[in-house]
Amino acid sequence: MNGILLNIDWPFLIEKLVLIAIVVSISLVVAMYTTFAERKVAGLLQDRPGPNRAGPFGILQPLADGMKLFFKEEIIPNFSSKALFVLGPGLAMLTAIMTSAVIPWGDKIILPGGREMQLQIADVNIGILYVFAVVSLGVYGIMVGAWASNNKYSLMGGLRAASQIISYELALGLSLIALLMFTGTLSLKEMVVQQQQGGWGGLLSWNILKQPLGFFIFLVCAFAECNRTPFDLPEAENELIGGYHTEYSSMKLGFYLFSEYVNMFISSAVMVTLFFGGYDIPFLNEANLAVNTAAILGVVAFFIKIACFLFLFIWVRWTIPRFRYDQLMHLGWRIMIPLALFNMMATGAAILFFNK
Amino acid sequence: MTIWEKMYIPAIAKGMGITFSHIFKKNPTIQFPEKTRPFSPVFRGLHILNRDEEGRENCTACGLCAVACPAEAITMEAAERLPGEEHLYREEKYAAKYEINMLRCIFCGFCEDACPKDAIYLSESFMPSDYLRSQFIYKKEDLLIPDPKEDPEAYKKALGNRASQKKQKD
Repeated sequence: MNGILLNIDWPFLIEKLVLIAIVVSISLVVAMYTTFAERKVAGLLQDRPGPNRAGPFGILQPLADGMKLFFKEEIIPNFSSKALFVLGPGLAMLTAIMTSAVIPWGDKIILPGGREMQLQIADVNIGILYVFAVVSLGVYGIMVGAWASNNKYSLMGGLRAASQIISYELALGLSLIALLMFTGTLSLKEMVVQQQQGGWGGLLSWNILKQPLGFFIFLVCAFAECNRTPFDLPEAENELIGGYHTEYSSMKLGFYLFSEYVNMFISSAVMVTLFFGGYDIPFLNEANLAVNTAAILGVVAFFIKIACFLFLFIWVRWTIPRFRYDQLMHLGWRIMIPLALFNMMATGAAILFFNK
Repeated sequence: MTIWEKMYIPAIAKGMGITFSHIFKKNPTIQFPEKTRPFSPVFRGLHILNRDEEGRENCTACGLCAVACPAEAITMEAAERLPGEEHLYREEKYAAKYEINMLRCIFCGFCEDACPKDAIYLSESFMPSDYLRSQFIYKKEDLLIPDPKEDPEAYKKALGNRASQKKQKD
């Protein structure tokens, strides 16, 4: 017994547990304030103020929304599969948060005891593949919820949502293959380190300059994965017929809605990491600063970039009408996949040509 | 569709430009409890039972407003003015009980048009909300304008923009 306790690397374990707690709570808080930012920005785009009554400038509005959802009645339909019914939202939230484990939030910091800590929970060398695997598991959250509701409208809505997600996952993966030809590695940390090396403090080596079409395809597929307009059929059907969260109330519904915002946040983080240099600060050469300062400034720069992407998500949502289901499928299979394949072949040809 | 339209992207970009420009446009929202929109002078709000400049109630309980009211919201009981009460009421008959059921009232202003004594008019405020139905039957005390002798500012404020009153026949 004593031998086991002494052989565990306690500092490592505690460091990782603290990092997990911090990252998960930051994801949840950012997702909460994304709901608030969405309402405020929607108001700005529509010539009106957003919510500004709960607390100064409406800052406490997400808390008010959360409390409202908690206080509603928990209804579990009698003829549903109760265990699966409760499991659905949990799965959706779990897969949304699990992806944040491999994103590099910053460079390393040096703790007071002289110990170095990486600001990334797990630097696996198959980083991006892990992200895709977890996103694919996200389909389960929706399908389990749709099936367990024992309601034909929920089932149809859930089927549509699931088919939308799996269609756009293909184009997502294909658009990345061209990027991987440049980076040569799947690890997200390595990609960010490579993007820091270029001229102008790293700006010239950001992958957006090497893969603009790939970025565009990734962006469109990320919108589809998060069920955001113009691809928000699963949500629109809630207004029309049912959709997979008809039978849900109170916090279970809150989890489904909230997991969409966490997914948005994580998709933005992944896009920034892959194409916009992650925690790299554009015109600054990080080697000139102290290690801790560089790390903290990097984290701040990362969040600013993520905020720009979240603004883009919200801006597109309140501008464009949504696609019809057949238009969506047509776009996913007959336009996005050929475009991604073309991108891949063009990139391969360009690399071979310029390396000769 | 032209090739430019088929790509969706130029049209989307143009639409996004339009939405973006709305961020910089002026916001016509009025933040309600802090600021209110001005009403016109003929706005029909809550009823007020008027007094003259000396503080005597104008209403003589003639019943014309009750007859004119399309919703039958007004009821009243008359009483005779006793010798010691000349400073309270203008004429020999006054309204001992005067009630308006605000839930029936449609704020049409016929009572104001029918009154021969300029005793009732509709002011600029609108009805506050409440929990019980019984509290919506406004009694005479709720409707009377404040006494100009005791509270001149409240009187002036309640008069609002009816500062020039109709002259009374004595």
